[in-house]
Amino acid sequence: MSNLIASTAPKARQLTPEEIHDIEHEKTHYPYAQAVGLEALKIVQKYQGWVSDESLLAVADYLKLPPDELEGVATFFNMIFRRPVGKNVILLCDSVACWMLGCDSLKSHISSKLGIDYGQTTADNQFTLIPVPCLGDCDKAPTMMVGDVTYRNLTPAKIDTILAECKARG
Amino acid sequence: MTLTNKPLTKNIEAGRAAFNFAQYQAAGGYQSVAKALTYKPRDLMKLVQDSGLGGRGGAGFNTGLKWSFIPEPDGGPRYLVVNADEMEPGTFKDRLLMENDPHLLIEGMITAAIALQATMSYIFLRGEYKEAEKALLKAIKEAYEAGMLGHNIQGSSYSLDMALHTSAGRYICGEETALINALEGKRANPRFKPPFPQVSGLWGRPTLVNNVETICNIPGIVANGVDWFKGLGINGQFGTRISGVSGRVKNPGCWEMPVGTTFRTLFEDYAGGMQDGYQMKAFLPGGGSTDFLLPEHLDLPMIPGDVQKAGSRLGTSLIMVLDDKTCPVGCVHNLIKFFAHESCGWCTPCRDGLPWAEHMLLKLEKGEGSLQDIEILKEACGYMAPGNTFCALAPGAAEPLQSGLKYFMDEFVEHVNHGCKYHKH
Amino acid sequence: MAKITVDGKVFEVDPNNNLLEEVLSHKQDLPYFCWHPSMGSVGSCRQCAMIEYANDDDQRGRQIMACMTSPREGARYSIEKAAKFRAQAIESIMTSHPHDCPVCEEGGECHLQDMTVMSGHTYRRYDGKKSTHTNQDLGPFIGHEMNRCITCYRCVRFYRDYAGGTDFGPQASHNHTYFGRFQEGTLESEFSGNLAEVCPTGVFTDKVFSKQYSRKWDLQTSPSVCAACGVGCNINPGERYGTLRRVVNRFNDEVNGYFICDKGRFGTGYVNSNQRLRVNMSRSSHDGQPSELTPTEAKAHLRAMKGKAIGIGSPRASVEANFALRALVGKDNFYAGVSDAEFGLLSQVLDIYQNRPVHAASIKDIEKSDAVLVLGEDVTNTAARIALALRQSVKNIGREMAAKLKLPMWHDAAIRTLAMDKKSPLYILSAHATRLDDIAKQVHIASAADSARIGFAVAHALDISAPAVNDLTAAETTLVNSIAADLKAAKNPLVVAGTSSLEPALLSAAANIATALANGDKHANIALCVPEANSLGLMLLLDGAQNTLGKAMQSGANEAIVLENDLYRRAASAAVTTFLTSLQNLAVIDSLQTRTGEAANLVLAAGTFAETTGTFVNYEGRAQHFYSTFKAAKEIMSSAKWLCDTEFGQEPRIHILTGGAAAILPNGYKLQKLTPGADWTFNGAKAPRQHHRYSGRTAMRAHINVHEPKQEQDEDGLMTFSMEGVPPTTDATIFNSPWAPGWNSNQALFKFQKHTGAELSQAGHGELLFDGSAGAKAWYAATVTKATLQGFAMFPLYHLFGSEELTAKSDAIQARATAAYVALNPADAARLGLGASDGVQVQNNGAVPFLVRNSVQPGTVGISVGLSGLNFQDMTTGVALNKATNWQNPKDWRAGNIIVSDAGSASAYGRGTQGNG
Repeated sequence: MSNLIASTAPKARQLTPEEIHDIEHEKTHYPYAQAVGLEALKIVQKYQGWVSDESLLAVADYLKLPPDELEGVATFFNMIFRRPVGKNVILLCDSVACWMLGCDSLKSHISSKLGIDYGQTTADNQFTLIPVPCLGDCDKAPTMMVGDVTYRNLTPAKIDTILAECKARG
Repeated sequence: MTLTNKPLTKNIEAGRAAFNFAQYQAAGGYQSVAKALTYKPRDLMKLVQDSGLGGRGGAGFNTGLKWSFIPEPDGGPRYLVVNADEMEPGTFKDRLLMENDPHLLIEGMITAAIALQATMSYIFLRGEYKEAEKALLKAIKEAYEAGMLGHNIQGSSYSLDMALHTSAGRYICGEETALINALEGKRANPRFKPPFPQVSGLWGRPTLVNNVETICNIPGIVANGVDWFKGLGINGQFGTRISGVSGRVKNPGCWEMPVGTTFRTLFEDYAGGMQDGYQMKAFLPGGGSTDFLLPEHLDLPMIPGDVQKAGSRLGTSLIMVLDDKTCPVGCVHNLIKFFAHESCGWCTPCRDGLPWAEHMLLKLEKGEGSLQDIEILKEACGYMAPGNTFCALAPGAAEPLQSGLKYFMDEFVEHVNHGCKYHKH
Repeated sequence: MAKITVDGKVFEVDPNNNLLEEVLSHKQDLPYFCWHPSMGSVGSCRQCAMIEYANDDDQRGRQIMACMTSPREGARYSIEKAAKFRAQAIESIMTSHPHDCPVCEEGGECHLQDMTVMSGHTYRRYDGKKSTHTNQDLGPFIGHEMNRCITCYRCVRFYRDYAGGTDFGPQASHNHTYFGRFQEGTLESEFSGNLAEVCPTGVFTDKVFSKQYSRKWDLQTSPSVCAACGVGCNINPGERYGTLRRVVNRFNDEVNGYFICDKGRFGTGYVNSNQRLRVNMSRSSHDGQPSELTPTEAKAHLRAMKGKAIGIGSPRASVEANFALRALVGKDNFYAGVSDAEFGLLSQVLDIYQNRPVHAASIKDIEKSDAVLVLGEDVTNTAARIALALRQSVKNIGREMAAKLKLPMWHDAAIRTLAMDKKSPLYILSAHATRLDDIAKQVHIASAADSARIGFAVAHALDISAPAVNDLTAAETTLVNSIAADLKAAKNPLVVAGTSSLEPALLSAAANIATALANGDKHANIALCVPEANSLGLMLLLDGAQNTLGKAMQSGANEAIVLENDLYRRAASAAVTTFLTSLQNLAVIDSLQTRTGEAANLVLAAGTFAETTGTFVNYEGRAQHFYSTFKAAKEIMSSAKWLCDTEFGQEPRIHILTGGAAAILPNGYKLQKLTPGADWTFNGAKAPRQHHRYSGRTAMRAHINVHEPKQEQDEDGLMTFSMEGVPPTTDATIFNSPWAPGWNSNQALFKFQKHTGAELSQAGHGELLFDGSAGAKAWYAATVTKATLQGFAMFPLYHLFGSEELTAKSDAIQARATAAYVALNPADAARLGLGASDGVQVQNNGAVPFLVRNSVQPGTVGISVGLSGLNFQDMTTGVALNKATNWQNPKDWRAGNIIVSDAGSASAYGRGTQGNG
């Protein structure tokens, strides 16, 4: 039986003042701390890029929620990243309208250009490629998001430009 | 509000930024709020009920009637929640409304909240809708500054707060009880009804959940009256709704049109028909969770009952066109893959049935399928029928599958013998 | 009641229950997974599909889930017609199941196996990949094999929703849904073992059992009662090849229902321990060489002590064993084997139950309570099953709210949603934070004496004639008024107290409150926790005699017989040593080696509960009979049999002794009702301990002798140590392990219940010795002694895992226990100059590690009870503490095993960490 205090389990990190400020703002909207859980995870992700165990524990501590409960929520939602991602997260829509208009070949294009498959991150940590369900821009299919920006009516050439821009921004 | 025949999109103009509060008000906005404050709440609910407005999220239930199930206030909190978690494949109408005229939604929410005597209102927005998020946050702030939200709205005794909740990507949150769980910060598994949210919803309190477009109809109805609203529809229908087209058509998009417009008008007049070199093989009338219809159904008016008679559902009334150069088996596979992934994992037929169906469809696509797979796929449709599952997700998923099998069985069988003949994109 | 038709059969059903429950109550076979009689319905697994017909003309019907349907009067239903869907459901449920039944601990008693067969899925058509998962190490109790999971959510509904655990839950979604912990590690809930029974397949398994595994049908089992605390949960131990393999819950609707605590389930390893006494020994003098005795010789030695020896009884030995000792040494020479402080407290417990207008609350009563005051008893650690019941009591407000909305009571998720954070009031007065604080309306940290003062004041607030307390602070007065108002407003108020705080005034206060709440014929509920399995049985056999251990040690006797007792756990070490060395002849009868036994010149090997038949009297005065599970080795006898004298025959059948005790105990005649009689047979056959599929009978000793030996005989009657006999199907008084055709798992139980989830077909929930009819309104004086103390004011800290003597000697419990320690307020720790890895010198009793707890009040110290390294009996109420010199933490100091929930600690539900770190 291993001694639990000697465990190497991650510990909560300190939340940054910005994170605390944003979480406090969200708290004003809800009568229960639990309701802020997902928003708080998104806030952490906004600043850190992803939600590490240390971050999740920090949010749990801050909101006085059991970490297990927060983990249940964090892992339920597609857009909470519990593993590190690249600086630019490419969300390529793979739902039916984009599929009909060729998202599969766009995916192949991105994969061969960046050398990554779905769920992977480039070695230079610039890009992570993730499929996303219907982005609600079906009239402008195929579409994708990089970070907060949506790109529409995509072609391989357009994607090349977008990736180059992202890379230039760093 | 000036009388218009496009109450949902009258403020929307391509290339122009959304109206700010002052512009919106100058264009006749927020009149319904002042008017609503003079009503008794139950009369306001009755007014909406009489207008015949049906929910625009896909189910089409009479909005005023849905409201009327809320119990009388007991002094405790009551909630209005707008479902802006637009994620049905092929659906992009709420995005249009929220990005381009956020004050219309906010006005509708305030007016609805007055009818419901809600004490707090939330917009549950899809997380990926960043533009809508910005537009709504700005508009909510403006509405607060103008005294349209907050304590004693417009000098009345009624107070209302509003907050924007952004989600993190789960289709199931479009189901109203799953949405409520998500808003409470829980895993978004649906809840069993009864109790209905009107009785025990958000945090166990009376709650109404309405779709964005539904709520956007409220300002017009309250400001201009039932008769005006009824007069907007055609073919015996009331009001307008936003319908649209995606796929290989000349001019994909969405437009406000009278309720009762035919699919053909939408497809040919608005969307300009198929792109050159493509033929329509079939279409999904209202999102990924509706049964395929065939070109022969184009003359149907977009009325729930009529569409149902043809073997499908009107759903969101944004149609997706399957062209003759795209594999129907692949199309169904894409949809089932989506639904399998978006299953919340609560009930068995959905959680374990959909991945199995997806597996068989993929086999067929790869040319590895068997006739037994097709038989099991047929069985799966009955297995995931309404009533067999906890919520409507799996029955919805079964709709394109069962109609795909019905209309394109020969192509399914051909996949067994020869694999997929279509060009891979 | 309503009448419904199911496949042409007319059933009378309760429309307030769900259809599944009702159909099962009529003993129909309808498969299900997610529903559980104690946890209600959530409609997730979709296995219990039935068809409901709208009217007589409806031929097609509508498919419904029986668990989510209230039966309609006059309605027509079908189980048969929904068979196709159920087959589809099980087929898809099984797509990712590993089919590893041969190596699965659940094999042969697997609800999933049963339901798969019952639903008609025998041919596998799914040819895709299975979704797989990574398992976690969940600690020494529970194994984890997620690939077997069918996602019925029962585990999380038990662990979180029912038992209030927070360190476990569902993760991910769709067919990747996972049930586990955020981080790998020991499950914190004291009830985690129930996962092994709640899980319909082998995801969560009993790790202790896995290490010494046997198929269910190869286990020899018997109806038994847990010996690990005073609650008396009913258990079903299982034996194979002479060792006890596992313990599972045995249903008793009045006591444990479907659930037991982890101490009871995992704490029986001592039965197989190498510290067991397996031979009988004597030696001529204290330091002489021991010699081995045959049982006959040993018994002769013991009998020779008759007329000379005093007897010291045991709260962990059966009524029969204590009675036999009393008969042997005579009433006047029979002494209580408990500490003198505990003697006083237990005497008062009896006084309250027997002479006050109160009702001793069963677990079932506790669950029904709608306002509770816990007075200074850390029930999670002293009577864990009561803590689980209290968790249910606070949910009653949700049921009330649901009733107002006319929601059915089976609608579990809806009721929880409706109630949100509203809870029926529960007040906790304690010297430290407890594991129930999260459900309390208010927690008041105070010394036992101050808690008693508040208790007296509550009684006075409820009934002006109850003695008043004059020196309350304003905060205390507010608390008193709040408690009194809630108790008064409640339909089923309850007071919980006990002996563990060692404060008689707490018992007095609890009694006064209950007396004040009693109204006319209505007796108020009170639950008084007692330390051991037969504490009250022992006290009742003293029959009012004030024969304390202190008096025994002062009696001047030259000879003594000590029954199942280590006196070093009962009195200060020095006094015990003086006493033991003063004896010329000391006989110790026990199952394990003890320090007391080391001083004896006659040591007799006694059977544990698992090898003994007898009776325990639990905290509420409920007498319960337990049957030996297996026959111990020849050298080992049950204590009762060792002590029997000619008066009852040399080795009388146990019921003779039960009958003897019955003449002494109040309402003793009821003891006869505990069994159907020693000579009971069913059509000439006894009841078997072994399953009819018990295997290897003719082969298991073949390596020794190919001739099959005669089956062991149970001279006490009723049950056989073999497969022979008629398994009791209706007579619950000797109801053993449930089995029914098609139902090989514990879910077979409903076939033996009057109504699904309710009492067994022939009662069998024990006999209450206190009928609550005696008491008239009378008050205990509101006197609280507050001594001026030297040093820190001491209070005891109990540990579910480690404080109890026998279970502490089980490997699994040791893995969760820790060395003795003291708990200090952070300021006091700083004042003593303690650094994170320092130790604390406790008076002159040695040094121990320390734990900083925010909830410990300044100037007070919590002293662990029963843990190795410090004898609690050597403590005085005021304790001098100093920083230890040359300190090194003992190897068995595992602060991480101490699960506390002190507010303001690093984590609200954290584990202990040593020192200030």
